[in-house]
Amino acid sequence: MYRQLAWRNIWRNPKRTAVILTAVVIGVWSMIFLGGVMAGMYDAMIENQLSALTGHIQIHHPDYRNDPVVEYSINDPAIVANALQRVLPPGAVRADRVRVSAIAQNARHSAGITMVGIQPEKEAEISFIGQAVTEGRFIKNEQDDYGIVIGRALAEDFETKIGKKLILMSQGADGEIQSRAFRIVGIYQAQMQATEKAYVFVSLPAAQDMLKMGNAISEVAVLLPDRGATGQVVSALRERLPQNRYEVAGFRELMPLITAQVELWDTFMILWYVVIFVAMGFGITNTILMAVMERIREFGLVKSLGMRPRQIVALVLMEGSLLLALGILIGNLTGFASIWALAQRGIDLSVFAAGAERFSIPRIIYPTIHMSDVIRANLVVLVLGILVSLYPAIRAARITPVEALTKT
Amino acid sequence: MVMNIVETRNVKKVYNQGKVQVEALRGVSLEIEKGAFIALAGPSGSGKTTLLNIIGGLDGMDEGSVSVEDNDIGAMSQSDLARLRLNRIGFIFQAYNLVPVLSAEENVEFIMLLQGIPGAERRDRARTILDEVGLENMYNRRPAELSGGQQQRVAVARAIVSNPAIVLADEPTANLDSATGESLLGLMRRMNEDKQVTFVFSTHDKMVMDQARRLVYLKDGRIEDDMA
Repeated sequence: MYRQLAWRNIWRNPKRTAVILTAVVIGVWSMIFLGGVMAGMYDAMIENQLSALTGHIQIHHPDYRNDPVVEYSINDPAIVANALQRVLPPGAVRADRVRVSAIAQNARHSAGITMVGIQPEKEAEISFIGQAVTEGRFIKNEQDDYGIVIGRALAEDFETKIGKKLILMSQGADGEIQSRAFRIVGIYQAQMQATEKAYVFVSLPAAQDMLKMGNAISEVAVLLPDRGATGQVVSALRERLPQNRYEVAGFRELMPLITAQVELWDTFMILWYVVIFVAMGFGITNTILMAVMERIREFGLVKSLGMRPRQIVALVLMEGSLLLALGILIGNLTGFASIWALAQRGIDLSVFAAGAERFSIPRIIYPTIHMSDVIRANLVVLVLGILVSLYPAIRAARITPVEALTKT
Repeated sequence: MVMNIVETRNVKKVYNQGKVQVEALRGVSLEIEKGAFIALAGPSGSGKTTLLNIIGGLDGMDEGSVSVEDNDIGAMSQSDLARLRLNRIGFIFQAYNLVPVLSAEENVEFIMLLQGIPGAERRDRARTILDEVGLENMYNRRPAELSGGQQQRVAVARAIVSNPAIVLADEPTANLDSATGESLLGLMRRMNEDKQVTFVFSTHDKMVMDQARRLVYLKDGRIEDDMA
């Protein structure tokens, strides 16, 4: 009956209720919608980066990440393979790579690039490159000793095409400059032009042979079936691999810039929640206070009948809670609906592509819903909403019956 | 031996209205026996409503003492007073004072809800008492859909549904036409006789004074006459 009473009290003044309900709905909707766009953006950023050769976990020589040269290679990949076999969960995939800085050169142009020696079949399961070749073919197999796949942007810069030669030069394991002429067999297209200019792909044995590395590799990349398990697997690998010979790093360590960006946006979202809530909070307090002051005589009556102050507080808080719950419900539904509608085609940022790329923002953002963000937004509105309803509730509870009953 | 349900001793009450002090009660001593049907009469400003409010624990006093069923009102906390009002005292107001968003039945149930009585029992008792006050088939009407007389009947039903020891009625017939007032008074008289509920009225209404078995006349905050 308290609930009924609270519900009916809310609708005594439908216009006022509709106004504050609209404010709550817009507040909740904006939190969920903006949260969804942000989540879609940084999910895409993380996924882009993960598939752009990062993976969830990488294992290197301890000095490789500071100075990615051939001498800081993993010379005994079998030990790493053994540890991975024991630790990786079912469904996880791994690939060995050689990754070194090199110079690419043809008759007209030269540029600094990163040469990546890959295991084609395994690499296709881990990174974007398996699906990114839009012209020609991918590296066929590990015996593809002279085939090379380059990015479209690099091909355009070098004014080259499929079938043409490209010479790569880099320092070999023996300290001498080594070079090899490759033939372009495929051209790939990536989310970001910077990627297309930076990476060229050859087979792992071709890279090892060119750099005289024997069976050494630069890194092992791992993709887990669940990103959330990264920390656990990293810890298990660190226990098995001596830290003076191997460095095991999770994706957050591997892409500190994006991790920092995500954290920055998370902070921005919290600030946004606060701004929204402050605006909404004043509205809620004002509305409930007006509703209380209008019914001052009635509160005097129920108090004279024996209703205790805490019961009056509970009644007013219930009115506030019902109002908030209704606003939250509608806000969630409209938020989900607008995210769903936008997620079908995505938000196209192509016109800002150059600027967005500087911040690793993808060309098209597909908003997505993170339930933890939704719960956080709803809890902020509900808990703080109830807190700001306390003031009018306490005012109602302090009403003196005799004075209230004489009010007209 | 006659048991007193209310005893007031030398009750004084002063209101400060700005810089002016108004002595509403100037030493009222009164004993009200159980089962009484008593009217406090007197002109406006004589202190009737103030006395009623003090007996009901709605207002404090400056001097003297009041006991209701041997509970010393002056010594009780707000919480204890609320409990006493809830369980032992019924109120009827001149302006009916029903909760507008509740139906007649829910208004009557409200007291029992506060008392923690289960829903089914609340409903049964509310309907029985509404039948007794002549509001059969009006259970679901809201106050705005009832006449003044019907609203005051709901207020009477609400006051007596939880079997209080005493009902304090402040000018209950003031807003009613004479026929409705007489009918309502008859109803309260019947409740008094059948259920032994004590009724204390504050009134200007001659009809109420005529029906009362005891009439206490107040003037300028003092009892001027006490007629059985």
